[in-house]
Amino acid sequence: MTAELGLILLLIAAALAALQFGLGAISLRNPQAGGHASIKPVAVLQGIAVALSFLCLIWVFLETDLSVKLVAANSHPDKPLLYKFAGAWGNHEGSMLLWVTVLGIAGGAVALFEKRLKVTSLTATLAAQAAISIGFYAFLLFASNPFERLNPAPETGQGLNPLLQDPGLAFHPPTLYFGYVGMSVAFSFAVGALITREVGPTFARAMRPWVLIAWIFLTLGIVAGSYWAYYELGWGGWWFWDPVENASLMPWLATTALLHSVTVLATRDGLRAWTVMLAVVAFSMSMVGTFLVRSGILTSVHAFAVDPKRGAFILALLALYIGGALTLFGLRIGTVREGNRFDPLSREGALVANNLLLSAILGIVMVGTLYPLIAESLTGEKLSVGPPYFNATTGPLALILVAVMAAGPVLRWRRDEWSAMARRLALPILFGAAALLAVVLSAPGIGILPLLGLVLAIGVGAASLAPLWKRNLRRTPLFTWGMVISHLGVAISMAGMASESAFTKETLTAVTVGETRSVGPWSVTLKEVHPVAGPNWTAMEGAMEARRGSTLIASATQARMFASPPTETNEAAISTVWDGQLYLVLGKHQPDGRWQVRMWWKPFVTLIWLGGILIALGGLLAMIGRLRRELKPKGEAA
Amino acid sequence: MRILALALLLLASPALADSQMPDAQWANTQLPDPQQERAAKALMEKVRCLVCQGQSVADSDSDLAGDMRSLIRTRIAAGEKPDTIKAWLIERYGKWISYDPPMSGITAPLWIMPLLLLVLGAWLARGRFRKRKSG
Amino acid sequence: MKRTWLWIPLALFGLFFGVMAVGLSKPSSTTITSKMIGKPLPKFSLPPAHAPQPGLGSASFQQGQPRLLNIFASWCIPCIAEAPVLLELTKRGVPIDAIAIRDRPQDVDRFLKRNGNPYQRIGSDVNSAVQMALGSSGVPETFVVDGRGIIRFQHIGDIRAEDVPEIMAALRAAR
Repeated sequence: MTAELGLILLLIAAALAALQFGLGAISLRNPQAGGHASIKPVAVLQGIAVALSFLCLIWVFLETDLSVKLVAANSHPDKPLLYKFAGAWGNHEGSMLLWVTVLGIAGGAVALFEKRLKVTSLTATLAAQAAISIGFYAFLLFASNPFERLNPAPETGQGLNPLLQDPGLAFHPPTLYFGYVGMSVAFSFAVGALITREVGPTFARAMRPWVLIAWIFLTLGIVAGSYWAYYELGWGGWWFWDPVENASLMPWLATTALLHSVTVLATRDGLRAWTVMLAVVAFSMSMVGTFLVRSGILTSVHAFAVDPKRGAFILALLALYIGGALTLFGLRIGTVREGNRFDPLSREGALVANNLLLSAILGIVMVGTLYPLIAESLTGEKLSVGPPYFNATTGPLALILVAVMAAGPVLRWRRDEWSAMARRLALPILFGAAALLAVVLSAPGIGILPLLGLVLAIGVGAASLAPLWKRNLRRTPLFTWGMVISHLGVAISMAGMASESAFTKETLTAVTVGETRSVGPWSVTLKEVHPVAGPNWTAMEGAMEARRGSTLIASATQARMFASPPTETNEAAISTVWDGQLYLVLGKHQPDGRWQVRMWWKPFVTLIWLGGILIALGGLLAMIGRLRRELKPKGEAA
Repeated sequence: MRILALALLLLASPALADSQMPDAQWANTQLPDPQQERAAKALMEKVRCLVCQGQSVADSDSDLAGDMRSLIRTRIAAGEKPDTIKAWLIERYGKWISYDPPMSGITAPLWIMPLLLLVLGAWLARGRFRKRKSG
Repeated sequence: MKRTWLWIPLALFGLFFGVMAVGLSKPSSTTITSKMIGKPLPKFSLPPAHAPQPGLGSASFQQGQPRLLNIFASWCIPCIAEAPVLLELTKRGVPIDAIAIRDRPQDVDRFLKRNGNPYQRIGSDVNSAVQMALGSSGVPETFVVDGRGIIRFQHIGDIRAEDVPEIMAALRAAR
């Protein structure tokens, strides 16, 4: 019965979304009709209905109701509870239900908490949000019903892809989805603003916390995905420029740009059209990413259930929403008053540079991801665009971006002087120069990108603290702290990337039990190999012991075999010490009795993700800071 | 339950559709000369794995990727230039095999586009700036 | 003029939409075809894959008659499905040679006893070197090689009964 209840709730939610859209459309045409008052409760109810529907899906997964087709195809009675739970969104239909659930909840939250916007703008925003929901409800109900029954019910289920049976990954997709779909709020705000022509600082201030929330989730989602790939794929790589990774990076780049341009709009009433554009683009990138992943149009390691018919459906939704929003933009933005202009050397100027570089990187990632498809349809020849291309093109731009990031926060709004900027950055530049000297002396022959990366990371790390200088730290606003911590996170993450690429030591070898090999400063011994059994897998486990000076680390790496579906995975033994990670993998058993072992010593690699977490933490502080300030009674809510 | 699972593990492994052969000589062993190994590794990172779709042969567990690593290391050790090996692979599998698209008529837009984007962006941004008053 | 740039984003999206629509309407195959078709078979000489039968060298393909070159392995499951169809082809007088990929003699022996032996010669390619030289990306695959040693045709995946006419046509064309 739970499945039927879920389906009914989904239908109710879809009907409420239609009602919400209708109310919005009527009251925008006829403000006297009184629709403004009723649209808010409808939006809240819609959010509740769809959330309950999603709970029903989780419930059928928890009780492994094999008469539900989706459960039979993706779950198994023997699966650990956590993965039964996560199984609800570890598949196409369930994750699309999660997608509309986030859409509905976000719409309900806007209806409940948004107090700053004019009532017409809020109505238009909620109507736009409902319009997006309607399309995705239709997609679920007509093309991806998660509650479909199977008759007769099978004896047992097929199980969840073992690569996905991992605690980190269980919560990675929902995190990313909160980010992806959270950007729908910014999109709806932009559409609402275009409809009512209210593009100004009020719009920017109202939109900013929503953008921040989505951006925090996107950041955390990407960090988690990267760490998952790092420890699960077993070769020590942490970013592969795979289409699915790119699909998550593109909305993040657009949202990061939006976060900065919205500041210009909120503070100086500049970049009006551009900010609206970015708000549209950011959510469009989320939808494009979903389309790319779901349609199977690009091949990827992370391949999802692939179905061209579903692809066509999502593409039609893209045309409707992105095409519609861009048409509205073309029609309306010309009638919006142009924002304030400013001097090139100013805080605004630096933020424009930030937007320019982020957008260029976004364009490169997008075109690079799609290019094989374009080239094949033009010439019939298959091409691959991979890490060498993306590193060579986005790397230098990212370095310039980070350099601008050092300067931006110390510049004044409106107009500043070169000499003043140089004075404020003197100390960070000194730090950078010292780092340059130190790296060149201690590691001659280091590549140019890692070298610049390290030097910039040190200099920028110092510069990112500059806005706190000579300030009373306790009276510094929370959002300034947020910016400082995010920027520091970028520098730290970049230091990790540069160090990993420059100083990683690799040893690939075959050893008998008891033998010792060295990797970097470590001597690693394979102590023993024995079989172990987990809840739904069996494995050969290699017990390893690593020694550096007086430090002794014991760890275990497993080659796991899953029965349903039959798959092998590697569990790397990753030991974290203060200055990096030791990454050990047990490979194949050779006929001569030796075991293949892959070993990496990765100095300071952890900084990559630590920096990422700091970036998100900065976002959180900024959001709390903004909300606290704006919720104070004297706020200028119109 | 666990003992049963272990017994299954020992019995079941030959049923997997995977070769029983050991890894090729240089599939998972580094070349003794660090400079050659670096060249080989750099090439492996650019060569796309044939059976795994979406990974380079440098970080794939598949047997064919291992054989390709071995082939690359053997040839580098024999003194062949990475570019020659890459050309040999492209001759057999097409441009698809290389993650680093070689500059040609069809890939030119890909390499020019980043510059174009920056120029376009700068041109768009120019309108936002005020002329600087002297003094 | 000033208004035109406002429509650039929509135009770009239209472009994206077009490319995606084309991409969806003719889904690209994920198989990687060999670029060696039309070129001479690379020179190779492989030892026997199991005791009773001779090994295989590229010289065997220059005897004036087109032949099939089958890439298989005892550990490959679709190869079992393909075996009866290959036997059927030998009954029609098609000469078939084979390359066994990453295989041990005892496994090849067992495979042929169980599934039948359509092959005249079988070379053992323990590290897939010849497979890569042919531009082949998996097992099973089958090449049609003409009497002068030129590769004429490639079939990727197991040959099913319905593929036989295509293979026969390729053999006739290579004559």
